[in-house]
Amino acid sequence: MAERSFKAEVEHLRKGAGDSFTGEGILALTKALLENGVGYVGGYQGAPISHLMDVLADAEELLGELGVRFEANANEAAAAAMLAASVHYPIRGAVTFKGSVGVNVASDALANLASSGVTGGALVIVGEDYGEGSSIMQERSHAFAMKSQFWLLDPRPNLPSIVKAVGDGFELSEASNTPVMLMVRIRSCHVTGRFATRDNRRPTLSVRDALSNPRSDFARVVLPPMSYLHEQDKVKNRWPAAEKFILDRGLNEQFGPKGSKVGVICQGGMYNGVVRALQRLGLADIHGETAVPIYCLNVTYPLVSSEFLAFAEGKEAVLVVEEGQPEFIEQQLSTYLYRAGSSVKLHGKGVFPMAGEYTGAVMLNAVEAFLKAAAPDMLPAAVRAPNADRPAIPDLTKTVPIRPPGFCTGCPERPIFAAMKLVEKDLGKHQISADIGCHLFASLPPFEIGGATMGYGLGPAANGAFDGGGERRPIAVIGDGGFWHNGLSSSITNMVFNKSDGVVMVVDNYYSAATGGQDVMSSRADNATKATKHPIAEAVKGVGVTWVRQIDRTYDVKKMRAVLTEALTTKEPGPKIIVASSECMLNKQRREKPLRAAAIKEGRRVEAPRFGIDEDVCTGDHACIRLSGCPSLSLKRLDDPLRDDPVASIDQSCVGCGNCGEVADAAVLCPSFYRADVVHNPTGVEAWWAGVRGRVIGWLQARRAAKRLEFAA
Amino acid sequence: MTVHSAFEPQRPDPAMGGIIKLACLAVGGQGGGVLTGWIEDLARANGYVCQATSVAGVAQRTGATVYYVEMCPDTGQQPIFSLMPAAGDVDIMITAEMMEAGRAIIRGFVTPDRTVLITSTHRALAVSEKMVPGDGIASSAEVMAAAEVAAKSFIAADFDAVAIKAGSVISATLFGALAASGALPFPRAAFEAAIRGGGKGVEPSLRAFAAGFDAALAGALPPQPAPEPKAMEVRGPDHLLRGWTDLVQRAARLPAPAVEMAERGLRKVVEFQDLAYGAEYLGRLEGVATRDRDPFTVTLEAAKYIANAMAYDDVIRVADIKTRGTRMGRIKAEMGLKPGQVMQLTEFLHPRAEEIAGMLPRRWGEKISASPAWMARLDRWFNHGRRMRTDGLRAYLMLYVLGGLKSRRRGTLRHAQEVAHLDRWLGDAMGHIDRDYALCAEVIRCRRLVKGYSDTHVRGLSKFDRVMEGIALVAGRDDAADWARRLRETALKDEEGKALEGALATVRSFL
Repeated sequence: MAERSFKAEVEHLRKGAGDSFTGEGILALTKALLENGVGYVGGYQGAPISHLMDVLADAEELLGELGVRFEANANEAAAAAMLAASVHYPIRGAVTFKGSVGVNVASDALANLASSGVTGGALVIVGEDYGEGSSIMQERSHAFAMKSQFWLLDPRPNLPSIVKAVGDGFELSEASNTPVMLMVRIRSCHVTGRFATRDNRRPTLSVRDALSNPRSDFARVVLPPMSYLHEQDKVKNRWPAAEKFILDRGLNEQFGPKGSKVGVICQGGMYNGVVRALQRLGLADIHGETAVPIYCLNVTYPLVSSEFLAFAEGKEAVLVVEEGQPEFIEQQLSTYLYRAGSSVKLHGKGVFPMAGEYTGAVMLNAVEAFLKAAAPDMLPAAVRAPNADRPAIPDLTKTVPIRPPGFCTGCPERPIFAAMKLVEKDLGKHQISADIGCHLFASLPPFEIGGATMGYGLGPAANGAFDGGGERRPIAVIGDGGFWHNGLSSSITNMVFNKSDGVVMVVDNYYSAATGGQDVMSSRADNATKATKHPIAEAVKGVGVTWVRQIDRTYDVKKMRAVLTEALTTKEPGPKIIVASSECMLNKQRREKPLRAAAIKEGRRVEAPRFGIDEDVCTGDHACIRLSGCPSLSLKRLDDPLRDDPVASIDQSCVGCGNCGEVADAAVLCPSFYRADVVHNPTGVEAWWAGVRGRVIGWLQARRAAKRLEFAA
Repeated sequence: MTVHSAFEPQRPDPAMGGIIKLACLAVGGQGGGVLTGWIEDLARANGYVCQATSVAGVAQRTGATVYYVEMCPDTGQQPIFSLMPAAGDVDIMITAEMMEAGRAIIRGFVTPDRTVLITSTHRALAVSEKMVPGDGIASSAEVMAAAEVAAKSFIAADFDAVAIKAGSVISATLFGALAASGALPFPRAAFEAAIRGGGKGVEPSLRAFAAGFDAALAGALPPQPAPEPKAMEVRGPDHLLRGWTDLVQRAARLPAPAVEMAERGLRKVVEFQDLAYGAEYLGRLEGVATRDRDPFTVTLEAAKYIANAMAYDDVIRVADIKTRGTRMGRIKAEMGLKPGQVMQLTEFLHPRAEEIAGMLPRRWGEKISASPAWMARLDRWFNHGRRMRTDGLRAYLMLYVLGGLKSRRRGTLRHAQEVAHLDRWLGDAMGHIDRDYALCAEVIRCRRLVKGYSDTHVRGLSKFDRVMEGIALVAGRDDAADWARRLRETALKDEEGKALEGALATVRSFL
């Protein structure tokens, strides 16, 4: 079960012609796929397109009605490979994953697909995870389109444009026998808006029907000599066909007057930012009526030389707005100008920074700088000679702490890393490599465990050089998501085959948690359309690991510490694998909270645990926090002049996971912690006995109080 | 609400035709998405076109996240909205936490010509603030001061506390504050309609909305004046009360600047042990005071740290605290226990051989501590994590008896150790009083380094020792006190004392 349910929104996907849809970009994309007669969809979750997968999963009923096959693929490579169905069959297919990392994983299949060429429209929807809020290395998916020669759409970031791009993408793909990548950025995935809906269309040929009439053609196989022919076909036929389609259908847009001496060329995704900068300079109005001509590239690959040169014709200077680097578009356009013997001056990187997101400030400064250089007369007087004494706003950069992501309240991974930190205190620092997923937060304070991540499912493989062993064993951490994505084959079998001496901690939280709680192979949930409950421990035994330990409650820090110590010290050869399993607390709370509330309401007995701290016992050394970092375990300043340091304090968001007590015990920290279990609807005997105990304890307390001085708090 | 009058409000940009730009900075899990949803519904229901975006991803996991909304009156033609806030171009900035307000200011989203800043003043501490062994909490006052300068109008209140009180979450109180600010051209009823339209948890949300609305109008509460030091409320048998009054009167004869602190200290040590121990405390303090001089900083600091040193954290103290009647009541209130419910209470205790040996009579304890075999045996017997159900009779009685061992405390090994440590430290400090008054006070303050239990306590002692060694090196220099303070502060920066090692290396380098 995913973190966010789209069951309610999915109903809007049934809307037909004459209606309109209001909502998020992700849902608009889904609706567009259905309106364009897609035959099969798939993908792998990851920000910013996680919700696209969630929407598809929640829409399975509707997909079924339309005869559309949905696969939650094992990874991006599997998703891209699925597009093979469009090679021989005239079926439209779409897969989605995040870029650039998902495209990295998928690149093998994408390259083969691009070589073979397609008959049915093949669309790859990539959520480009770049700039603020990104969780990955800062690269561009653009390069993949160039190297494998498939086309890249980058529509303007509003719902009607995104929806139109889906239809254009399928048609372009079919017209040029080439797969098409549709790129949406983080904010356009989550942008809200409205568009006019059309009727959903059943695929003209369903995948089911295709199975009844199988096709094959060796000319499409990537083997010599056909592979040489594919390359020739790409440049001689598919490329010109694509250019023709782009021109005929006017996929790229132009705005503003014809006769200006300057112009702006931007990626579709940058359009709104460009217009905002022009609005702020007084050169465009609220509806985008602009005094500076804009050539908006809704197709960023291939670039159409003739269209560009026609736009540049008669201008003195143009500005290329291309986010990220290398600046492929700018280089290409420069080449076009040079080859045409043009004297148009091209600006781009230089007024824009080479690296980093084009934020509002960056965009405004760059556009202003460009116009100052190329057409100063266009700028309003206020911009040319800025005045205004601005008050000096105090510098807070030293005051405000950074707030990197971390484990949620009650996260079952916290005790795993608390145990690891304790083991490192006993046995010394170890070589630790991490994977991708929530567990990577352990590399940040307060745990600071592990110093590298090489990709999804590659954590243990990243320790390959240390497989031979040494004085201390290398440790690798991998989540259940990474394990099934690619880890079993690339990491675990790699260790077994190479007789690794290393230790692997598989963090099994029952979901692909970091991407929003989607089910994976080893999820414990019942899932009507997916096979779950395949234990990780069985899988690793199946590929030949003999030392396997399953821990079913990660909160048992003592046990976790003992097992980890055993793994690091046992004489047994071969990989040592610990599967540490406890449910993601975010998902567990979402599942259990309503059940608990209902039980309490019905009068059933329910224990609600929460932790607390005796502030008189806490000395304010914060050792507990250095083994936790839990959001609910915070600090509080006491109103006591005798105390210098704030004491630890647990707020009401505590879910009573138990980590605080376990760590206080295992690390021999301090006796400040207590757990209070409030029993709702206690049984009669229980309530009576609690009363008796309470009276005895009360008597003892009164007896002692009577003999000494007691101070009011 | 404070309104910035110093600046001419900037004329609305004609080209922008009244686009309202609203950004919200929240910490993952605060419901920023819900708030954004309400604002969107509000705008669309009132004849506006509206666009919202967010940056989710891993930032949802307790990191800082940004939501952004633009809106303008619907004229039938689609406006071009931006997808992200731009520095210097935000009309309304809502921050759901104090440091996020600071972050918004740093990023330039709050400017005096246009921005209405609405912030909650509560703190969700970042890990970097929480994990230092000392006090690493960032200064909210600095952010407040900056906000006063940076914002055109500034609304601040603890909207988190207001929300909790109303049984809801901060998104609802912030929505109320937004309505109260008048920054959006919609009446209050339209805001409430948006909440009703959302359909989930409507009643608590409306309650919190109203509370947030009122809190915003009331503005940030003026800083609470320090509560009058009221006479300490104390109960007990008459003869003890008489003894207490005598001690308080004796404390009152100390140099005036130190009297209040001495009373607090007196209470702490009497609570820890008994009246005689209180007299002992005052004796030590009077010894300091007779050698002290105006401004009596040394006596003041000594009043604080001698009390802390004398009320050390031993098993008896912990057991006593855990079995007091007031504690159970406090916990029940904290957990919101209702009639008819039962509360179970589990303590997490983990004594080591050192604590057990410390409870033994001094000679006996010393012998056992010196014998590795005995210490190993004690560890075998006692060194286990114990979970004690103190709502149950067995565990309660055990702790009750331990807490009652006060009468034996003065004879224990631990007491002897603590007294020796105290005397050495205080002696060291007072050795400086005539030559270097400031250094004397700084050495007394170094007692702050000794805290925690077991390993943490050992580490604290070792840091204390290293700082004292460092101070011995600089004693006699003009800047000795300065160095003493610097060494102490660096010792509190990290657990292992790496920063302290660096500072000590610097000290050694210039000697």
